[in-house]
Amino acid sequence: MELPLHLAKKNQKGVITTIDLDYIPNKIIEMGCLEGNNIEVLQLAPFGDPIYIKINETHLAIRKEMAQHITISILEA
Amino acid sequence: MPLEKKWRNTSLFQFLKHNSNMKNIIRVALIGNPNTGKTSLFNTLTGLNQQVGNYPGITVERKVGMCKLNNTTEAKIIDLPGTYSLQASSPDEKVVVSLLTNKEDKDFPDVVVVVCEPENIKRNLLLFTQIKELKLPTILVINMADTLDKKGISLDIPYLEKNLFTKVVLTSSRNNTGVKEVKEAILDFKTLSLETGFTISQIDNTYFNELPQQKEDISLYENWLTFAEKTIEENNLAQLNQVKKWQHKETFKRYQYIENVLKSAKKVNPSSATDWRSKLDRIFLHPVLGYVIFFILLAILFQTLYEWSSLPMDLIDTGFANLSDWVKNTLPEGKLNDLITDGLIPGIGGVVIFIPQIAFLFLFISLLEESGYMSRVVFLMDKSFRKFGLNGKSIVPLISGTACAIPAVMATRNIENWKDRLITLLVTPFATCSARIPVYTLLIALVIPDKKWLGVFNYQGLVLLGLYALGFLAAILSAKVLQKVIKSTHKSYFIIEMPSYKVPYYKNVGITVIEKTKAFVFGAGKIIISISIILWFLANYGPNTKIEDAQKTTIETYGDLNETDLQDKLEATKLENSYIGILGKTIEPLIAPLGYDWKIGIGIIGSFAAREVFVGTMATIYSIGSHQEEVSTIKTMMQKETNSITKKPIYNLATGVSLLLFYAFAMQCMSTIAIVKKETNSWKWPLIQFLFMTGLAYITAFFAHSVLQ
Repeated sequence: MELPLHLAKKNQKGVITTIDLDYIPNKIIEMGCLEGNNIEVLQLAPFGDPIYIKINETHLAIRKEMAQHITISILEA
Repeated sequence: MPLEKKWRNTSLFQFLKHNSNMKNIIRVALIGNPNTGKTSLFNTLTGLNQQVGNYPGITVERKVGMCKLNNTTEAKIIDLPGTYSLQASSPDEKVVVSLLTNKEDKDFPDVVVVVCEPENIKRNLLLFTQIKELKLPTILVINMADTLDKKGISLDIPYLEKNLFTKVVLTSSRNNTGVKEVKEAILDFKTLSLETGFTISQIDNTYFNELPQQKEDISLYENWLTFAEKTIEENNLAQLNQVKKWQHKETFKRYQYIENVLKSAKKVNPSSATDWRSKLDRIFLHPVLGYVIFFILLAILFQTLYEWSSLPMDLIDTGFANLSDWVKNTLPEGKLNDLITDGLIPGIGGVVIFIPQIAFLFLFISLLEESGYMSRVVFLMDKSFRKFGLNGKSIVPLISGTACAIPAVMATRNIENWKDRLITLLVTPFATCSARIPVYTLLIALVIPDKKWLGVFNYQGLVLLGLYALGFLAAILSAKVLQKVIKSTHKSYFIIEMPSYKVPYYKNVGITVIEKTKAFVFGAGKIIISISIILWFLANYGPNTKIEDAQKTTIETYGDLNETDLQDKLEATKLENSYIGILGKTIEPLIAPLGYDWKIGIGIIGSFAAREVFVGTMATIYSIGSHQEEVSTIKTMMQKETNSITKKPIYNLATGVSLLLFYAFAMQCMSTIAIVKKETNSWKWPLIQFLFMTGLAYITAFFAHSVLQ
């Protein structure tokens, strides 16, 4: 099942399938946000934003407005 | 014996050789991702033998330190800002790239030390492979090696060395291991291989080779970096999409290469790892508990700032007063004596007195940052702050602002987004800084009854609390206004790394506290001292013989008073007829609508050195200069003060509240103006800030006075 990252729920795991280069800064790509990498949603901040994710071994927080430009394919737990 | 050899045996030669000018210096650039313990390694290598400054024209910190390698060689180590990549997107990262690509730079490194940490080694190596492509001798340091076992990670070092064409050193700055090996590797930098395991021409030979040449004699990779940076900076739309695609491709291919190397070199055994991160995150990021913990920590911070620092502050206060008295009685009498004892020493004292609070503040903040907790607070606060045009990261400056706006404005540097940073920096001075406290204490005692509301809450305490809340409210509401007004072409994005939790390393905390305190003393200190001297001059001199004439009249009128009281009366007369007194009278029409007279005007002018100067100035004006330690004396004198026309008390509720509001909102601190100018690199923003804050202060004070009158 594919969905944009901002709709993923806490503790969901997946693989990044596409990133929209028009909205995603090079910086986060270099931190490991690349197609084919594993991603896990660790926490949502109160009010649901920002989201705390783990991409490979990198732990970061991004806002939903950026997350909607990243598509992931959910792995069944 | 030949002459040359004779000379070498002389003690002068040995002395010169020993004293650096005969020493070989190896220039070392220390580079790494944020949170790799790079600064810990820098601190371990250089100790306190370091200098912190700024790169010219930009507000990026420049840290340089010396490290002795052996008897004849020293390393000059440049601690570059933490960066993820050489594809620069922030001023910090641009500093790194421009140093590594400019052979003319006096700091151009002989050898680069790239610092990694075991958990994120893959991401750390991205930067490493980029630096290798610049054909610079490069050493790979894997720091925090003590965490390898804890995290169940094992690394095949010889394999890494062979496949990355480098020397690998394992270190732990906390346990002080591997430092000797780093020094040895730096000494042997000439033996490092310049070969690379990955080159961009492997991605696409034609594209990268056919890029327009940016400079003569430039490596393929540097050419690409320069081209990409230029395209992005010029916002060259025709090329931009193309460049972004290739940057993405480069990162993708680089990671493929790194993964290939790590597949054989890195093994992880997850069962032996304790997952502290998720356990602690569950507590600190809890939707309710998370905030409760944060507010408890804030309460502890305020406790520390106001309770613990009051003792050293009192000692400093008394110490400087005693020093001033001693100098006054020791040096021959005269203008010079007055300048030193009434201008210079209190001026320096006015700076030194803030040191305990600033040091405690930075101790606390660096503990929070070192432990990894601060990123969690940013995460919790981002959503609510964003509504007001701020950013989760604005929390640090706003907290710091309750001690002093100067370090707080400097703390806005870690907000990457320019607009968010500007707004934060403009509203930070609304936070109730410690210099407002003595003014609030005096005014509250004067106009707010010392009674209890509902039998529990003291009115005076409530008003003080209300003033804090008012400062915070003014900050976020102004941020909201500024968010609408300030136009920005910078695209906004927000990414924060959530580092793993660590026990703060005492050496890093200690050095941060010392460095930041030093920056405050020498930065703000210069301004506070100069303004104190100017104010002293304005308060001690008047046009022609105005002061002397007025004092003669005073002696004739009050001749029967005792020595001390007469002296106090004379001081008050002097102030009234000095330049500053004239200035106070000149601005009287302007401040009369707020309920102030020229005496308060003098107090407000004096507050430009530092707000708490108000209390001392009031003491002098009300002729109690020799009793100014006693707040109750000032209070009594001020209560007796009546308006010369209406014969009603000046300090009624209306004027008191009006003054409190004025001090809560007005931009009165010259040092803050200077630091805002420095951080924004223009006079435009400090001017706007001054007009906005002071305008708001004037309007609210005017309304409060009119309504309460």
